[in-house]
Amino acid sequence: MPLLEVTDLRTYYYTLRGVVRAVDGVSFTLDRGETLGIAGESGCGKSTLAWSILRLVPPPGRIVGGSIKIDGMDITKMSEAELRRKVRWRKVSMIFQGAMNAFNPVLKVGDQVIEPLLLHTDMTREEAWAKAEEMVQHVGLPPEILERYPHELSGGQKQRLVIAMAILLEPDIVIADEPTTALDVVIQAQILNLMKRLYREKKMSIILITHDLSVIAELAEKTAIMYAGKIVEYGPSDAVFENPLHPYTQALLKAVPRLRGPKERLIYIPGSPPDLRNPPRGCRFYPRCEKRFEPCDREEPPMVEAEKGHFVACWLYARR
Amino acid sequence: MGEKVLDVRDLRVWFPVRRGLIETITGRARLYVRAVDGVSFDIRRRETFCFVGESGCGKTTTGKALLRLVPITGGSALFRPSKEVAEELEKRGVTIDEDGMVDIFKLNEKQFHPVRRDIQMVYQDPFGSLNPRFRVRDILEEPLIVHKIGETKSERLEMVSRALEMVKLTPVSEFIDRYPHQLSGGQRQRVAIARAIIMNPVLVVADEPVSMLDVSIRAEILEVFNLLKERLGLSFIYITHDLSTARYVCDRIAVMYLGKIVEIGEADDVIQEPLHPYTEALVAAIPEPDPRNRLKFRDIKIKGEVPSPVNIPPGCRFHPRCILYEEAIKRGEEWAKLCTKAEPPLVEVKKGHYAACFRHEAVRAAVTAKAAGGS
Ligand SMILES: Nc1ncnc2c1ncn2[C@@H]1O[C@H](COP(=O)(O)OP(=O)(O)OP(=O)(O)O)[C@@H](O)[C@H]1O
Ligand SMILES: Nc1ncnc2c1ncn2[C@@H]1O[C@H](COP(=O)(O)OP(=O)(O)O)[C@@H](O)[C@H]1O
Ligand code: SF4
Ligand code: SF4
Ligand SMILES: [Mg+2]
Ligand SMILES: [Mg+2]
Repeated sequence: MPLLEVTDLRTYYYTLRGVVRAVDGVSFTLDRGETLGIAGESGCGKSTLAWSILRLVPPPGRIVGGSIKIDGMDITKMSEAELRRKVRWRKVSMIFQGAMNAFNPVLKVGDQVIEPLLLHTDMTREEAWAKAEEMVQHVGLPPEILERYPHELSGGQKQRLVIAMAILLEPDIVIADEPTTALDVVIQAQILNLMKRLYREKKMSIILITHDLSVIAELAEKTAIMYAGKIVEYGPSDAVFENPLHPYTQALLKAVPRLRGPKERLIYIPGSPPDLRNPPRGCRFYPRCEKRFEPCDREEPPMVEAEKGHFVACWLYARR
Repeated sequence: MGEKVLDVRDLRVWFPVRRGLIETITGRARLYVRAVDGVSFDIRRRETFCFVGESGCGKTTTGKALLRLVPITGGSALFRPSKEVAEELEKRGVTIDEDGMVDIFKLNEKQFHPVRRDIQMVYQDPFGSLNPRFRVRDILEEPLIVHKIGETKSERLEMVSRALEMVKLTPVSEFIDRYPHQLSGGQRQRVAIARAIIMNPVLVVADEPVSMLDVSIRAEILEVFNLLKERLGLSFIYITHDLSTARYVCDRIAVMYLGKIVEIGEADDVIQEPLHPYTEALVAAIPEPDPRNRLKFRDIKIKGEVPSPVNIPPGCRFHPRCILYEEAIKRGEEWAKLCTKAEPPLVEVKKGHYAACFRHEAVRAAVTAKAAGGS
């Protein structure tokens, strides 16, 4: 049984101007000790997917379909109390996008780091503080740092604290939503080194969400490519990066500037992703796809296993 | 690449730190954020010159200084104005040297006004930099009106169309009447570029022009820069924290650290054979879309984080983070003692490739020569 099994998940935002189908039929599994990277352009639904797995989708958003099983328990059916007691922070924790900028400026960072412990365990404040001191050292910071205020810390230090918070209760799964996006390259590399080390030492499963394919390649064993609310390709990272199947993945990889190796001409994908209130019928990539053909604008391509463990949703690979 | 269009020497931009009551009463010396602290470089026609470095190292401030958007603390900037602007300047009593250059830091505000035609800026945020209530045609026409270019409306419209063609927003008729919200991120950034080039400037300063765009459309904008450089003979200053995009557009790269340039050279040389330990760390830190890197730790030879530009370390300002220095001291190497004593000057170490680090004999020689001359 996989540790996490997401099946046909749908999470929509019911806005005044229409229904935003941010996650629209997403399925994947995650095994224990595995790292999965989820890549896609801004607005394709990555953060919404992450929030869904913790059942923390902000209103007017709602999970409207599908299931999310963690250790076989469907969390879409759980009560809020049960979620808080059994799942959040204990089983699944999250490094929220931009969390390093969300520390309360008037509280010591330590008081904010121990908050999940006070909320999700029966530890006393002293016990929680001691636990936090231990975890802070795991992420390469001195324990005294907990006594400081947010403005006294650098961006890199704050992001390390956010990571320390996510691993406080040694959860099975850590979801990291753009954990390095706002950081300088040197600090990004240090944070990625840290995540690699934690992943090895703690044998946690990591879901790494980012728009940056290079960051995924640094860490993830498996890669899922998301486009307009759907996963369009999924497989071992080696296969997805070296033998991309979906025309979107192929184009995206040719658009990434590389620092080393021959300087090939970069390509770009004309146009922009569709409005998720009114996505195109058929394949959602159709308006931007170079390889589109007869069935693409009418019928949605099914996800097929094109080679072992390597899935793709594109009519080029599906039999009708 | 052609003649020099800009020659900046020893540019300094220091921002005073606001003093609290206690400092004022006790009369403690005024402190400064030394955002740009003695920067020299030159730019040639048809050249894209790049500034890279971590956040806060002074890239944007350097760019803004050229447009006089920040107060200049010191230094000079010889600029070669276009014919039209040169005439305007002479009308305002500015003398242009025999070489056709003028120090734009010495001009007063009124004299500087025409120079704004020749030096344009493109900002990072294609969403915030365009007026949402203006159509594309109005956005592009505005600077023409401000600088009184084009006699009639139809003449200006002609120029607007040509600018849109230049950035390949074609067919023009399809885009000219749209509002910014009706454009994609890449298209908006093209409009911002069209607005920058419509007055046929000499130099365009582009500050992180693609960092807010999705990867799938970044190349679209990088291509526009390359095209404009070739077709119009423009010079660009491309500011970025991302060396890998720099590689696709830049002729030369300057690496900045804490308000100073620590290395300058041809783009490929800087990336492939960096001469400064800071550049080496930057290059080593950049991830690539290659899953073979998975779970390999990246060896980045740098300690700690950037110190505050209020307290710049003595000697080489990089020394508290420099592992090369640390190791050399441990091994008892004599040269490394200089690192905390003197500021390494930017010296040509290889042909056309400059570095400010005492690991290079040429840099040490420059300092000892100066010390000998001074005593
Ligand atoms: N108006 C100002 N007043 C005081 N300090 C300033 C001002 N503008 C910039 N600074 C400081 O000057 C330094 C250089 O800033 P600058 O914006 O030039 O950096 P940058 O290299 O462009 O960084 P980034 O990559 O984050 O854009 C920073 O320490 C910044 O906080
Ligand atoms: N609170 C919200 N209300 C309405 N729409 C939202 C909200 N949050 C996100 N969306 C929309 O849902 C889609 C997916 O957003 P998000 O999950 O944040 O994408 P990503 O993380 O991939 O950038 C986008 O169209 C976005 O505008
Ligand atoms: S299904 Fe058709 S339009 Fe969609 S990616 Fe495949 S070829 Fe392109
Ligand atoms: S001068 Fe010394 S401290 Fe500075 S970069 Fe070179 S070796 Fe390091
Ligand atoms: Mg997001
Ligand atoms: Mg900047």
